[in-house]
Amino acid sequence: MAYEGMIAESVTINGHNNEPITAYMARPLGPGPFPSVVLIHHLPGWSEWYREATRRFAHHGYAAISHNLYHRVGQGNADDVAAKARAEGGVADAQVIGDTEGAVQWIKAQSYTTDKVGVIGSCSGGRQAFLYACHTKSIDAVIDLWGGRVVQEADDRPEKQPVPPIDFTKNLSCPLLGLFGNEDRAPSPEQVDMHEAELKKHGKSYEFHRYDGAGHGFFYYHRPMYRVEQAQDGWEKVFAFFKKHLGG
Amino acid sequence: MCTSIVEIVDAEGAGKGSDGWFKVSHAVVSYDHPHHALLEDAISLDFVNHAQGPGARAAVELTLDSAKALKAALERAIAAAEYEESGRRRPIAA
Repeated sequence: MAYEGMIAESVTINGHNNEPITAYMARPLGPGPFPSVVLIHHLPGWSEWYREATRRFAHHGYAAISHNLYHRVGQGNADDVAAKARAEGGVADAQVIGDTEGAVQWIKAQSYTTDKVGVIGSCSGGRQAFLYACHTKSIDAVIDLWGGRVVQEADDRPEKQPVPPIDFTKNLSCPLLGLFGNEDRAPSPEQVDMHEAELKKHGKSYEFHRYDGAGHGFFYYHRPMYRVEQAQDGWEKVFAFFKKHLGG
Repeated sequence: MCTSIVEIVDAEGAGKGSDGWFKVSHAVVSYDHPHHALLEDAISLDFVNHAQGPGARAAVELTLDSAKALKAALERAIAAAEYEESGRRRPIAA
């Protein structure tokens, strides 16, 4: 077996409005060049699962970075910081877009990366990954894992998330992979249908896979929503999609 | 957030967090993904003092049924407390 190794560490990058935010990155050892993956963490925060997922992409040959969308909320235990973010109504869409563009540009500027970048997010991060992909031309692929509130109800227009991401579908700039559970409520199968119809209407390149026997968050092995069969298949689809569009 | 269900009220009192007791400024009630309870969604109660940072938090995550039972218990206890505070004695149960 060939020698294997990776480096994983926290870094500081320039986020929205060039404000410094923290990020966690992992990459294989060696000069590369490696294609890149930017991970957008979920509502429960910049958590251990996202550290693990970042290292998983490095294990598969990518330079991966997960930026801390809650950096400005405060420092401390990830659960406590996420609770404070929730009490503040989450983070503003415009800020998420700026922070994610910062992470993309940071990883692109490294000497060990190619010019190919993919973005992936789950839960609220799935929504934000799609939203970002509709506001940039800097990436080559995007993956939405069960992102809720891509479709927002008419009475769901909070100040920080004023426009439903589905309304920006016409601006989607790269191929999209979406994985969803048919027992999910957010997004519901009907909302996934609405999103798919919008993608078709605008002639966008996308793949949606919908799993029976799964609801929300079926990759999370530490939660009761975990579904091993659907998660295994889903991870295979994630890696196949990024290999197709990013190489690696 | 996946549900956007969050209610926040001013709260006066004290909570015990990971670093000991702290002065509570707000109570946050939400229904969304919990951090620890083995549920897809949970009623979360966070007693916090945001001026002291994210760590000033006493948290519980409950099932919807548990939250309903808690609400009923709070109402009973508050009614009894208000009766007590009114200066009257409660009738002795038969």
